[in-house]
Amino acid sequence: MLRWIVWRDLMLAWRRRSDMLSTVFFFVIVVSLFPLGIGPETQLLRTIAPGVVWVAALLASMLSLGRLFLNDYHDGTLEQLLLTPQPLFLVVLGKTLAHWIVAEVPLVVMAPLLGAQFDLSRETLWVLFTSLLVGTPVLSLIGSVGAALTLGLRGGGVLISILVLPLYIPALIFGAGAVEASIMGTSPSPHLSLLGAFAIVSLLLSPWASAAALRISIE
Amino acid sequence: MLQSGRRTISILEVSKLGCVRGDRRLFSGLDLQVSPGTFVQLTGPNGSGKTSLLRILCGLLPPAEGEIKWNGANIRALGEEYVASVTYMGHRHGVKDELSAIENLRVSNALNGVDVTTELAREVLEQMGLGGRESLPARLLSEGQRRRVALARLLVCNTKLWLLDEVMTSLDKGAVALVRSLIEKHLAREGMAIVATHQELVVSEGSTKRLELTT
Repeated sequence: MLRWIVWRDLMLAWRRRSDMLSTVFFFVIVVSLFPLGIGPETQLLRTIAPGVVWVAALLASMLSLGRLFLNDYHDGTLEQLLLTPQPLFLVVLGKTLAHWIVAEVPLVVMAPLLGAQFDLSRETLWVLFTSLLVGTPVLSLIGSVGAALTLGLRGGGVLISILVLPLYIPALIFGAGAVEASIMGTSPSPHLSLLGAFAIVSLLLSPWASAAALRISIE
Repeated sequence: MLQSGRRTISILEVSKLGCVRGDRRLFSGLDLQVSPGTFVQLTGPNGSGKTSLLRILCGLLPPAEGEIKWNGANIRALGEEYVASVTYMGHRHGVKDELSAIENLRVSNALNGVDVTTELAREVLEQMGLGGRESLPARLLSEGQRRRVALARLLVCNTKLWLLDEVMTSLDKGAVALVRSLIEKHLAREGMAIVATHQELVVSEGSTKRLELTT
């Protein structure tokens, strides 16, 4: 079942590639504007790099989250998904997994390339990649709760940001913290472990929360 | 209504059902028994609660009062077991524009636990009058053709209770006849169907009940 939901959402995303590309393009542009605006001050760039890349990743996922359930809601397929004989949290988990693959993995892959503009060392780029790999599932998972809660509301896009961005703060602190630690020459692993723990907690809680929110939104 | 004298085992029992949308009471005290082979034609003016009733019956909407029993057990308690024996089709037909007719049919059935092979999907769509168009993305189909894609599910799903909400909209005469024959076959197999419609639908199988909602 899970396989079919993921397949379906990946197929839909592939047929609407422009949506996916706009998220990646936004991320690339936002991150690249900082070195261009600040100029070749390598020390300053290194200092701001972790925060800039992570904040850009958070904002980029805001762009794609609004669509997580909205298209399905409009054409009636969401009702059908709610009426499939399987636990709703599995449906939500499948859709969240597909969202992560489509909207977050490209950011994770692009981040080391973009990080090179900030004069980061190879080890630090590797830490940046790892922190995003561990941290971006949190963005999809917590984001799905916000997307489900704001489904069908006017101005849903703005509401998602207000609801979800504050909840992203732990991921931002530990994710950027890991990269900073690597720049300072200390071990990033405590930050990464905490980030991983946060990812596991959100994996355990958010599919249930999203499922409950969807049931309310669809009434 | 139960026929007096002969005991019919009713599979779907609705008692004292009430529905409130916003601050408006759409209906209350609604009783309905549906036994195998029964066709319920649900009529009523716009806004009388036909869609709400069907959504309550399939479990999308919790009722304000009353209860719905399936084989004697409350549908809330049955959960997925009940969902597995129901096919609901809303007026938003649930066909993905980006997927082809075959993909739509295969995915929606796979999610309901019915495996449909490409050959079977092709055959079913041919029966629905979509031969030659089964590989086109659904957005290139007309509204009526998309409705036919949605209805093709009825040919492969293996559920007891059909809840169809205004499925005849934008269908031509041939397709309406096709839907009628699908419902007749379903009734002949001891199935049940509750259909909200503005058009008169006469089926020759099973027993027909009329339920009229008023505003």
